[in-house]
Amino acid sequence: MPLLKVTIDNIEVEVEAGTTIMNAARKIGGSVVPPAMCYYSKLEGSGGYCRTCLVKVSQGSFKDNRPMPKLVASCRTPVQDGMVVQNRTSPEVMDNRRAITEFLLINHPLDCPVCDQAGECHLQDLSYEHGLEVTRTEEDRRTFDPIDIGDLIKLHMNRCILCYRCVKVADQITDGRVHGVLGRGDHSEISTLIQKAVDNDFSGNMIDVCPVGALTDKTFRFKSRVWFTRPFDAHRECSKCCGKTVLWMKGEEILRVTGRKDKYGELEEFICNDCRFEHKENVDWIVEGPRKIERHSVISQNHYEKLDIPEDGEETE
Amino acid sequence: MAEKILLKNIDVPGLASFEVYRKLGGYSAVEKVLKNFTPDQVTSEVTKSGLRGRGGAGFPAGMKWGFIDKKTNNPRYFVCNFDESEPGTFKDRHIGQLNPHQLIEGMILGSYALGARTSYIYIRGELFYVLRIIEKAIAEAYKNGFLGENILGSGYSLDLYCQPGAGAYICGEETALLESLEGKRGNPRIKPPFPAVVGLYGCPTVVNNVETIAALPWIINNGGEAYSAVGIGNSKGTKLISACGHINKPGIYEIELGLPVEEFIYSDEYCGGIRPGHTLKAVVAGGSSVPILPANLILKTAEGKPRLMSYESLSEGGFQSGTMLGSGGFIVMDETTCIVKNLLTFAKFYHHESCGQCSPCREGTGWMEKILHRIESGHGTMKDIDLLVDISKHIEGNTICPLGDAAAWPVASAIRHFREEFEEHVKLQKCPF
Repeated sequence: MPLLKVTIDNIEVEVEAGTTIMNAARKIGGSVVPPAMCYYSKLEGSGGYCRTCLVKVSQGSFKDNRPMPKLVASCRTPVQDGMVVQNRTSPEVMDNRRAITEFLLINHPLDCPVCDQAGECHLQDLSYEHGLEVTRTEEDRRTFDPIDIGDLIKLHMNRCILCYRCVKVADQITDGRVHGVLGRGDHSEISTLIQKAVDNDFSGNMIDVCPVGALTDKTFRFKSRVWFTRPFDAHRECSKCCGKTVLWMKGEEILRVTGRKDKYGELEEFICNDCRFEHKENVDWIVEGPRKIERHSVISQNHYEKLDIPEDGEETE
Repeated sequence: MAEKILLKNIDVPGLASFEVYRKLGGYSAVEKVLKNFTPDQVTSEVTKSGLRGRGGAGFPAGMKWGFIDKKTNNPRYFVCNFDESEPGTFKDRHIGQLNPHQLIEGMILGSYALGARTSYIYIRGELFYVLRIIEKAIAEAYKNGFLGENILGSGYSLDLYCQPGAGAYICGEETALLESLEGKRGNPRIKPPFPAVVGLYGCPTVVNNVETIAALPWIINNGGEAYSAVGIGNSKGTKLISACGHINKPGIYEIELGLPVEEFIYSDEYCGGIRPGHTLKAVVAGGSSVPILPANLILKTAEGKPRLMSYESLSEGGFQSGTMLGSGGFIVMDETTCIVKNLLTFAKFYHHESCGQCSPCREGTGWMEKILHRIESGHGTMKDIDLLVDISKHIEGNTICPLGDAAAWPVASAIRHFREEFEEHVKLQKCPF
């Protein structure tokens, strides 16, 4: 199969047929990668909902060099040979990304100071990079009645951005989904049928795939801000999963166990609840060494690096 | 108009029964096709006729049928979109209620052309009484050998089902309709793939509007060329217009495409003019989602040409000074109408009906409604008006399905053409009407 040639933000890359624009951009890496709040490469059929990854296709292919009429979701659009894509280089794309960020935030409680996800929250990253400095809403934010989905996972629906990742995780890696999206429009909510507890061996992965603080670990709740903990790669023999995890330590104490996430915040491998919730003693684990946290998350840096986006949206080296 | 195509016998008492419909020449197109036509010949007649999708988008029906994937061995499906819920549009209900056999006949013709063995009519949940009428008609068609195994001895078999939705506007979007028909949550799918390749149950599917399908029997009986002789330019045939609002004769009218808008509003054959003592202020020409136009621009284009009821003429001038034919929901407003309040009603509708899948529509529709509510109730600021324009601009084109566009266009157009009225609300700190 011949490789297809794609140009994203003036950088050329060759990819296999069927690759999406998002994955072509990830092959290049760096700032040409559009942000993704709902797309998750390990989950089939994910993506297309949040619209943060919209990009401009200024040339469809070598054969048909017309531009696409609308911005397209890069996570769901397969590349064509000779496609030319503009991400950061298009002021229109950046303007729309600003707007999408605003849409995601108008009903978000912005309770970062008391949210466990703060510091590793993709919505925080997104709004830091693409959001406005001021809010243009004065209306009340949408709220939901809290529901209890079990002893291990805390659902905080007010923070949810409806990325559908947790639904897809439950569909694709557990043996029976008991939660889904109820209701319609801006009052759709993640919920279980008649408030049943989410209970199966892999349910904890819902926490890791959640881009915001809607699903958090009850065993870690309010123990520490993530940036005060130190992450270590560790593993153990596990009959249910790969057993490869990250331990989030404070002193000698293991506060939290999560899966290992790559630079796009995606789990490398899913882990079982046994590893995640039941093994918090140092003797349970073989520690490999410190985990390097990539991307611009505050956990690793305590501050955001200056981003190189000048005002006109054109990127300079 | 010379001859009515869709509503010819609509006033005949008992038309909904098989006997009456048959006596008036019904099902002759099915007989003709099953005896003399190959499926491709049916498609080519439809292509020749220039019939365009009557659901709102106006996509050529023959071309849509041509996209169906014939390479797979999977079954193919033909689905009728009867989820008519656009505010201002009530034309499909008329056909389903009074002339269900015409729809069924069209379904048989379309199914035959596409090679479908099972077809569905997806009807809006609120139209339960129409569902009953259609189900009765389907049973009659089965009894008389026009549905089921080996229709009229031709070897062609077809099963037809009528399935009600649960009352969601979004299920009128064809991929959401298919999801709903499969028994899932009615969320629009991300395209591509299009239904013609991956549709119902993952099989090639064509979805057409009721009115499109109801025109098929006439096209087969009289030929595609006869149909294309009616109408103007690329707008062939006739269109049902459901007219409502401040006119003397609200109702459903079948018009030949190309009829001047002025004649449609003022002639006694159609709307019969604006109610006495009042003047025309604005028209929403094709259902709530199309841009609203002020009186001067609906009667004449920006260049001063008379505006016609056709796909091309109504959209002349783009969205700056034009609109769309849409689904044919013709809402007329006189000078007593508050545009802001009207827009608030529309915005409320789209907020309520957004499926919640993608963020611009889910969050933006509610936001716009809240701002409009603020302006209408006298708490708006001048900044709010620009904010509305900004929001609508960023919903438009950024969503998975056209519901986002449908929510954004009315807002953008109302502010474009009636900005003073919004400003007046802000200045007076109340609604001037």
